[in-house]
Amino acid sequence: MPLLSVENLSKSFFGVEVLHGVHLTLEAGALLGLVGENGSGKSTTMNLVGGVLQPDAGTMLLDGRRYAPANPGAAQAAGIAFIHQELNLFPNLTIEENIFIAGFPRRHPLLPMIDRARIRRRTVELLGMVDLAVAPNTPVSRLSQGERQLVEIAKALNTDARIIIFDEPTTSLTKYEIDRLFGIIDRLKAKQIGIIYISHILTDVMQLSDTIAVLRDGHLIGQGARDEFTIDRMISMMVGRSIGQLFPSRDTRPTDEPVLEVEALTAPGIIRNVTFTVHKGEIVGLSGLMGAGRSETARLVFGLDPHKSGQVRIDGTDLGDFDAHAAMRAGMAFLTEDRRAEGLLMNSPIFDTEVLPNLERHASPRLGWIDGQALGVLTTEYSRRVQLNTEDLKTVLSRNLSGGNQQKVVLAKWLMRGPKLFILDEPTRGVDVGAKAEIYKIINSLVADGCGVLLISSELEELTGMCDRILVMNNGEITGSFERGGFDPEAMLEAAMRQGTRASA
Amino acid sequence: MNNRRLRQGLQFALRHISLILFAVVLVAFALLSDRFLSVRNLTNIVIQAAHVGILGIGMTFVLLTAGIDLSVGAVMYLGAATLGTYFIGLPLWLGLLAVCGVGMAFGAANAIVITRLGVAAFITTLATLFIGRGLALFVTGTQVVVLPQEILQFGRTTLLGVSWSVWAFGAVLAISWFVLTQTTFGRQVYAVGADLDAAGKAGIKVGRVLFLVYVICGLLAAIAGLVSASQVGTVSPTFALQKEFAAVAAAVLGGTSLFGGRGSVLGTVFGAILIQTVANGLVIINADPYIYPVVVAAIIFLAVLADSLRTNFLERTNQRQIRLEDSLELS
Repeated sequence: MPLLSVENLSKSFFGVEVLHGVHLTLEAGALLGLVGENGSGKSTTMNLVGGVLQPDAGTMLLDGRRYAPANPGAAQAAGIAFIHQELNLFPNLTIEENIFIAGFPRRHPLLPMIDRARIRRRTVELLGMVDLAVAPNTPVSRLSQGERQLVEIAKALNTDARIIIFDEPTTSLTKYEIDRLFGIIDRLKAKQIGIIYISHILTDVMQLSDTIAVLRDGHLIGQGARDEFTIDRMISMMVGRSIGQLFPSRDTRPTDEPVLEVEALTAPGIIRNVTFTVHKGEIVGLSGLMGAGRSETARLVFGLDPHKSGQVRIDGTDLGDFDAHAAMRAGMAFLTEDRRAEGLLMNSPIFDTEVLPNLERHASPRLGWIDGQALGVLTTEYSRRVQLNTEDLKTVLSRNLSGGNQQKVVLAKWLMRGPKLFILDEPTRGVDVGAKAEIYKIINSLVADGCGVLLISSELEELTGMCDRILVMNNGEITGSFERGGFDPEAMLEAAMRQGTRASA
Repeated sequence: MNNRRLRQGLQFALRHISLILFAVVLVAFALLSDRFLSVRNLTNIVIQAAHVGILGIGMTFVLLTAGIDLSVGAVMYLGAATLGTYFIGLPLWLGLLAVCGVGMAFGAANAIVITRLGVAAFITTLATLFIGRGLALFVTGTQVVVLPQEILQFGRTTLLGVSWSVWAFGAVLAISWFVLTQTTFGRQVYAVGADLDAAGKAGIKVGRVLFLVYVICGLLAAIAGLVSASQVGTVSPTFALQKEFAAVAAAVLGGTSLFGGRGSVLGTVFGAILIQTVANGLVIINADPYIYPVVVAAIIFLAVLADSLRTNFLERTNQRQIRLEDSLELS
């Protein structure tokens, strides 16, 4: 008997059915990989299982018994834990307090006093299970993202969860932390815990899953043993067509004319002697392990952080000791790693985000009067160019968009400035395959117009698919440079691990 | 390495700025007047700080959830005015109960408007501030009210040589400290202040926590009103005017964040005593009374400035270092 079986599950919002008779089965001690584009119904399905939403039709059986949670608390009581993509921890509290925050054991049933000794003992035990060697009274604010995730897992284990749902657990983890997480997932399986694993990273899904289910537009397209799947097959099932080529071909070649020249850029403790050039119409990739200094380099080149020595030149003009405003004026654009916090006004309409970097240029020089009409025309044009629904511009809030559409908003706001150099830091993180392909097309049309692109990515495949040249960083230095045609994954990894000049410690 | 020691020293100073200010204030006044450091005077400081301390403790509960309660001064006034107007000649316990009832009712009303109707705490409690003061003026007919004899006697009573105001202050502090650090509710207050949405998802009854926090704040405001009124003896139309700011100042001086999730009642009590010490010292050295608010404000400003400097400083030193290098200049 399966641990969980979901039968014929349907759900409508405002009379529109978004989930159409989905079937899923999960065995104890097995991992079900759930894949699909954003909006395919993964979240809805998991919210039904997790008790956040109630189905309109269909049944769920847990251990063969009918299971219909009325709220998340009921789901938790039934043994289902949900680890959300955005972790649910309080950085100002300690690990042990976070684990027990919903209800602390009392020292005596009649007294409100928390039994500190008991929660400490239990927390030590739980942290042991997830291999986290940190004192239980450590504030969560001192933990890294990966460590925080382990605390969430410990929290789930504390509720004696029999099913743990992971929603995109690896997006903000380092390579090392991901390996550790996968080790723990194996251990959870050995304990007969069933796992539902949602991810856009299909290689991970292939590696971890016992069975895989693919959703598209609220329909279950296929479910079966892992061996029946390949990554290509998953993609074509998700998209409903064979993408054929995820990375669109490019007809234009890079020119010899440099647009960005970075020379011996140094910021003590961060990067050292970084030198490279991006030409017009060229895509230069920046690769390296997490913490190698890629995003930091981008911030320095864009003038967000001060550098100590070295030069940044745009079109041959030295920017000197510049700030981000000067960088923008010189023609740079920067799509940051964290679009929610740094790229979008999450609680405002799309329009507000898009006009933000463009207000200055469309305001009268003396009074600062904003030309709303011109901005309206401009936002409509550029939103269409990145394939956003232009009717939504002034009504839909950025936070209600899918990851892919959010990223398009960020692209549109910069494209309006007609940048000469576009820095893209993880442009497709948390974005589904279909939107990925669209973003790649936008990047290609950008370089076709003569813009230079600096592309930072943790996905090697993305870099090799898109770039003319790839620079590899480690320890704040450039440790390798590869030309298209000479992309050798092994050599690139070797460069990413290579120690550069070691400063005296 | 000298550089490093300097940095550590600076960090220490910034973290303990309130203590350092306190020491400076004590030493300065002691040098300026030999009456300042007497046991009698120091006791007086604590007695005078009692009502702001109690008020500040209530405010700390609210601030920890990232809220604010501007109506506390009005509640002090309305509670004391009610007692002096309607409960003369009636049993004292009935009057005290009524005062506490007024405080809790205001707290509950604030909480309901804030949590159920979703009005910002600042606006809601600004409105209840005026409602409270208006009601109190109406109740008293804008006259000065004299409190029942028992209360005034109570104000002069001591136990083991310590004034009852100080006992009340101590009891409120002890209970509040216990509630915030040793109970599930207390830890949930910190969680709600850190992240409201996450608290809901973690299974915390957020509405209930917020409700209780405002009720506690209202209750403590009513008690602070009793303590203050029993010391003064009369309740005039300017009674407890602008005390909400003194309460916020005490909490902030004690390290409580206005953004929620950080702070402690011990810090608040310390802040209240520091403010009172300065006021007391200025009286003793015969400073111009008009200078008092300036000095108190300057101290609060220094404490808040130090706090924000410390936050920036920590952010910079804790910035992820990619490379190990000899000297890290703070450029």
